[in-house]
Amino acid sequence: MTVKIGKAEVEVKKRKKKNGFIYKFSGILIAFVLVLLITALIIALSGKNPLMAFSYMFQGAFSTEYNIGETIIKTCPLLLCSLGLCICYRAGLTSIGAEGQMAMGGLMATIAGVYFTSLPRAVLIPVCMIMGMIGGGVWAGIVGYLKAKWGISEIINTIMMNYIAAYIVTYMCSGPIQEPPYTFIQSSQLQSSAFLTKLIQGTRIHGGVILAFVSIFIVYFLLWKSPLGYQMRAVGLNQAAARTSGINVTKNLILSMALSGVFCGLAGAVEIMGLHHRLMPGFTSNLGFDAMAIALLGGLHPLGATVASLFFGALRAGASTMQHAMQVPASLVDIIQGLVVILVLTQHVFSDFVIRITSSKKRLARVEKEE
Amino acid sequence: MVLNFISGLLESAIRTGCPIMLCGLGCLFCSKSGIINFAMEGVMTMGAFFAVFGSYLTGNPWIGLLMGIAAGVVSNFILGIMAITVKVNQVVVGAGLNSLCIGLSSYLLTVCYPDGVPSQVTGFSYVTLKSLASVPIIGVIFNEQVLTYIAFLCVPAIAFIINKTSFGMALRACGEQPHAADSLGINVVRKRYTAILISGIFGGLGGAALSLGQLSVFSVGMVAGRGYMAWSAVTIGRYGPVGVMLASLLFGLASALQVRMQAIGIAIPSQFFSMFPYVLTMIVLVSVVGRTVGPKAIGKPFIKGER
Amino acid sequence: MKQKGYRRMEEYILEMKGITKVFGSLVADDCVNFNLRRGEVHALLGENGAGKTTLMNVLYGIYHADGGEIFYKGKKIELENSRDAIRAGIGMVHQHFMLVPPMTVLENIILGQSDNLKRVDLKTPREKVAELCDTYGLQLDLDEKVSNLSVGEQQRVELIKALYRGAEILILDEPTAVLTPNEVKELFVILKQFVKQGKSIILISHKLWEVKRISDRCTVLRSGKLIGTVNTCDVEEGDMASMMVGKKVTLKYNKTPVLSDEPILKVDKMSAKGLNLASTLKEISFEIKKGEIVGIAGVDGNGQNTLGNALMGLMPISGGTISFDGTDITNMPTRDRLKEGFSFIPEDRMTQGLVMDFTLSENYILDRYETAPFTTKNIFFHSNAVCDYGEKLTKEYDVRPDDTEAYAKSLSGGNQQKVILARVLSSNPKLIIAMQPTRGLDIGASEFVHERLLQVKQKKAGVLLISADLDEILAVADRVLVINEGHFMGEFVPGAITYEKIGLMMGGMKQEAEEVNA
Repeated sequence: MTVKIGKAEVEVKKRKKKNGFIYKFSGILIAFVLVLLITALIIALSGKNPLMAFSYMFQGAFSTEYNIGETIIKTCPLLLCSLGLCICYRAGLTSIGAEGQMAMGGLMATIAGVYFTSLPRAVLIPVCMIMGMIGGGVWAGIVGYLKAKWGISEIINTIMMNYIAAYIVTYMCSGPIQEPPYTFIQSSQLQSSAFLTKLIQGTRIHGGVILAFVSIFIVYFLLWKSPLGYQMRAVGLNQAAARTSGINVTKNLILSMALSGVFCGLAGAVEIMGLHHRLMPGFTSNLGFDAMAIALLGGLHPLGATVASLFFGALRAGASTMQHAMQVPASLVDIIQGLVVILVLTQHVFSDFVIRITSSKKRLARVEKEE
Repeated sequence: MVLNFISGLLESAIRTGCPIMLCGLGCLFCSKSGIINFAMEGVMTMGAFFAVFGSYLTGNPWIGLLMGIAAGVVSNFILGIMAITVKVNQVVVGAGLNSLCIGLSSYLLTVCYPDGVPSQVTGFSYVTLKSLASVPIIGVIFNEQVLTYIAFLCVPAIAFIINKTSFGMALRACGEQPHAADSLGINVVRKRYTAILISGIFGGLGGAALSLGQLSVFSVGMVAGRGYMAWSAVTIGRYGPVGVMLASLLFGLASALQVRMQAIGIAIPSQFFSMFPYVLTMIVLVSVVGRTVGPKAIGKPFIKGER
Repeated sequence: MKQKGYRRMEEYILEMKGITKVFGSLVADDCVNFNLRRGEVHALLGENGAGKTTLMNVLYGIYHADGGEIFYKGKKIELENSRDAIRAGIGMVHQHFMLVPPMTVLENIILGQSDNLKRVDLKTPREKVAELCDTYGLQLDLDEKVSNLSVGEQQRVELIKALYRGAEILILDEPTAVLTPNEVKELFVILKQFVKQGKSIILISHKLWEVKRISDRCTVLRSGKLIGTVNTCDVEEGDMASMMVGKKVTLKYNKTPVLSDEPILKVDKMSAKGLNLASTLKEISFEIKKGEIVGIAGVDGNGQNTLGNALMGLMPISGGTISFDGTDITNMPTRDRLKEGFSFIPEDRMTQGLVMDFTLSENYILDRYETAPFTTKNIFFHSNAVCDYGEKLTKEYDVRPDDTEAYAKSLSGGNQQKVILARVLSSNPKLIIAMQPTRGLDIGASEFVHERLLQVKQKKAGVLLISADLDEILAVADRVLVINEGHFMGEFVPGAITYEKIGLMMGGMKQEAEEVNA
C-alpha cells in the first residue's frame, strides 16, 4: 500500500504477497455469488420474480438523492461496528456483541445529550460521543476481561450481554429517563445542541458519516501501522508464540475487545445523535449481527468492510421499497446475512477450487505441502 | 398460600424449562461427539415454525410435530455439513445459521400464510395422571402435555444410551479422542453425523414444544434466546443428561419467578427479571471455570491421519 | 518332508511387496519391500522422515498404498481401514497412545468392538483380559481411569488392547521414546513373552542400541527407499547408523574451552509445578558460566519442559531464586527477561516459536517489534524497516526460499528453525535456552544449529541445551546435568563417564559423589 520512494525490490515483494490475497478474494467472490443465487431461488420459490425484487431493492437504495442518502446513513453504523469487529476478530476473539455495545453506547450518549444541559454545542457533541465510546468500550471490555483472565467464551458472553443491554435500555426508557408524560417507551429528546448537523439537504445524511469514513483509516493504521496492531495480530494468529516472545496476551485480548466496543458504542451514539435524536428500545435493529457478516465478508480488512457495509446498507435501504412494491418481506435481508456468514466461512473451499483450476503443478505441490 | 405459590412456581418452571431441556439434550449429543452446536436457536425456531405450520395445514398437531422435527433435522444438518465435512469454525457457523433460520422463519410467516397468520392452531391437550396429580404440592406437575412427559422420560433413556451402551461409548470416544476412536475402527464422521441427526430431532421437538405445545402459535422472535440457554444448560449441567435437565429447570424457574414476583407486587422492574436468565448464565460460566471439563476434542474438526 | 519352497513361503507371516505411498509431491515410501517371519522381532530402522511409520500405517489400514501388495499368511489382502487390519490380526501401538483418558482401562480395551444400543457387557471381557494379563505376565488395574496411569502402564494397556483383538502381528512405533530405562527393561521382557507365545513383532525405532538388543532382523529405510534387510547379529551399530544416514556418522565438533568462570545464570533451589509429579521441579540448583554450554539430558517428561518454561518466565515458580548476570530475575516477566538478554528456542516451533500465518520478516521481530527502527515514538510501525531487516537476516542465515514475504508455514522444518535461530542470535543474547533445537531436522540442518550454538561461546554467552538426544548433548555440551523426576541425578563432562552410567542416572539412580568428573 504505502509507496516508498526508491527500492524497487520492496514493491516486488508487495506484489508477491498479493498472490495469496487474490485466491482469498476469489473465494469470497464465489461465496457471494452463491449467496445471491440462493436468495434468488428463495424469492422464486415464493412465487415472485427475483430480478424484479433485486431491481426494486437497487432502486430503493440508489434511485433518488434521498435514497442514496438512506443507503449512506444505514451504512454508517454498519461500517463503524464492522471496523470495530475487525479489530477483535484479528486478535482472535469472536465477538457477537456489536448489538449490545451499540445499545450501551446509545444509552450513554443519550444521557449526556439530554441531561448535560450546561455545555455549549462544541463541547457537548464530543462529550456525547465520548460517553458513547466509553459505554461500548466498557461493555465489551467486561467480556474481554472474562475471556482473558478465566478463558470464558466471549461468544456466549457477548450474546448474553446483548440481551442484558437490550433490557437495560428498555428499562431506562420506561423508567429513569422516560419522556414525560410517560406514554411512550422512549427517552426524552436530546437537546438540539446535541443533534448532528444534516450535511446534505434533501437527505438524512449526518456528521456521523464523516466519522465512519475517518474510522476506516484509523483502523487500518491501528492494525498494520502501529505496534499495538502488530501485537494483536500476533495474538490472534498464535497466542502461544506471542506469549513465548514476551507479548502480554492478557492485555491485548482485553484491549482489542474494548477497542471494538469503542467503535460499536460510537455507532450507537451516532445513530441517536444523527437520526433518532432520542433513545428507543430496539434502535439497533439487528445491525450488530449484520456487522459480523460484514466483517467476515470483508475479509477482516477495513477496505473489505467498507465495500461490504455499503452492500448491506443498500440492502437495508432498498428492502422496504421492495417489500412495498412486491410484498417480498424485508426479512429477506436477514436471510442474506445468514447465508453470507455461512458461505463466506466456506470460502477456503472455493479458493482451493480456484487454485486447483488455475495453477501450475509447482504451485499445487506447494499448496499441498502447506497442508 | 405459600404452598400454592410453590406449586404454581414448580409447574411454571417445568412448562417453561421443557423446551429448553429438549434442545439442551440435543446440544448434549452433539457435544459428546465433539461438535459445538451453537445453532440451537435457529433450529428451535425452524422447529417451532414448522410445527405450527403443519398443524395449520392438517389440523393435526401430531403431523405438525413431525414437520417440526423434520425442519429441525434439516436445519441442524446444515450445521453438520459445515462442521464435519467443510470443517469451519463451529461457533461462527452456528451464529450464522441462527440468523438464517430466524430470518427464514420470519420470511416464511408472510409467504406461508397468504391469508394472514392465524391466532391459534390446534395444539396438544393436557394429560392428567389422576392418581399422582392428587399428591399435594408436587401433584401439579402431573398435569402436563404428552410432549412434556415424553421429554422428561427421555432424560433417563439418554443417560442410559450415552453411559451404558457401546454406541454411547463410541460416541464419547469421538468427542474425547477421535483419533483413538478412528484407530479402533469407529467411523468418527458417521458418529458425528448421527449425533447431528439426533440433535436435530431434539431441537425440532423443543421448538414444537414451545410453539405448538405451549402457545399454539408462532410469532417472530418467540424463541428469544432459549436456544442459547439450551447451549448454556449443557455447560452448566456438566455435560450430563441429568445436569442438563436440572439446568433447564433452573432457567424455567427464573422465568417463572419473573412473572410471579410482579404479581406479588415486589417492586422490581420486569426487565430485571427478563435479564435474569442471561445474567445467571454468565455467573454460572464464571463459577464453573476450571472445574467443568467437557469432551476434550470438542469444536475441533476431525481430519484423518493428523495427530 | 515339506518342500523347501513351501516352507519358505510359510516362513513369512507377512510380505509387503513394492509398497509406494505418495503425499502430493512427497514420496514417503518408494517401492519398499518388507517381510516378517513368524515369531521374530523385526526392527524397522531409519531417521525421522525415512518412511517407517508411513509404511506401517499402510499395513494398519490407516493409509491406502498407491502401489504394491500385501500378503498375509500367504494370501493377498486388501485393507480398507484399521478395522480390517485388526480383524486380520494386525495390531499397532502408536507413538502417541490411542487411548481415551477419561475412560477406564477395561473400557479402552473393548472400545469399538460393538456398536449398538444394548447394555455393554463388561463381565466377559473382564475375564478374558485377566486371562491375557496372566499369560503375558502383565499387571493392570482394569477399573482405573487411563488418565491416572503412568506412561509405561498406558503402553501396557495398548499392548493388551491389541492382543485382546487377536493380534498375531504387533507393530510398535518408537515404544521406548517415553519410557524410563527400567520401564524399557520391563517392556523387553514382555516382548520376549509375546514371541514365546508365537506372536511376531515389528519394532519401529531410530535407536541403534535398542535395535541391537532386541531384534532378530533389521530393515533400514532412508528417504522412503529400502536400503537393506540384515540379521542383527551380523552387524554393528556403526554399520546400521551408516545405512540409516548414508555416510559415516561422526558427531564430532571442535569444542573450544570455556573462557570464563563468572556465572551468567544462577538457579538456586528452584521448584516449579509441572504437568504431573514427574515433571515437577524439586528444588534444583545449578549455574551456567559465561561462554559455557550446559546440557540437560534425560528422557522426555522429567521436568525439561518445566525448566525451560520456568526460566523464561512462562510458568510460575513455587520456590527458589533465579539470578541473571548478578540481578535477581525471579519475578521478572518474560518480556523483561528477553530485554535483559535471555533468548529462547522453544521446543515446538509451530506452536511456540513462529506465527505460521505471519511472513518471515514479521516473525523475525516477534520479540522486538516495539523497538527502533521498527517502531518509533511508540505509535508508528514501519513495515518497510521490517522487510529490510527480514531480508538481511534471511541472507545471513541462508533461509530458503529467500522470499521474506512468504508465510512461515510454507517453509520446511529446517528453514523454520533457521528463522527462529536467526531471531535468537541476532539479538546478541547473553543466554540462550535451547529446547530440542534439532528435533525433526535432518543432519545438515542439525549441524547448522550446533555450529551456531558453539560459535556463541566466543561472545561469552551461555547456552542451556535441553535435549532428549543424548548424542547431541554429548557432542555439543561442555558439561551435562542429568534430570530425572524433577531432580538432577548427577553431573559430568562428556567423555568422562560411560553410556551405561548416564543411562542409570536417566533411569533414576543418583550418581555417587566420587564418580563426578574423574
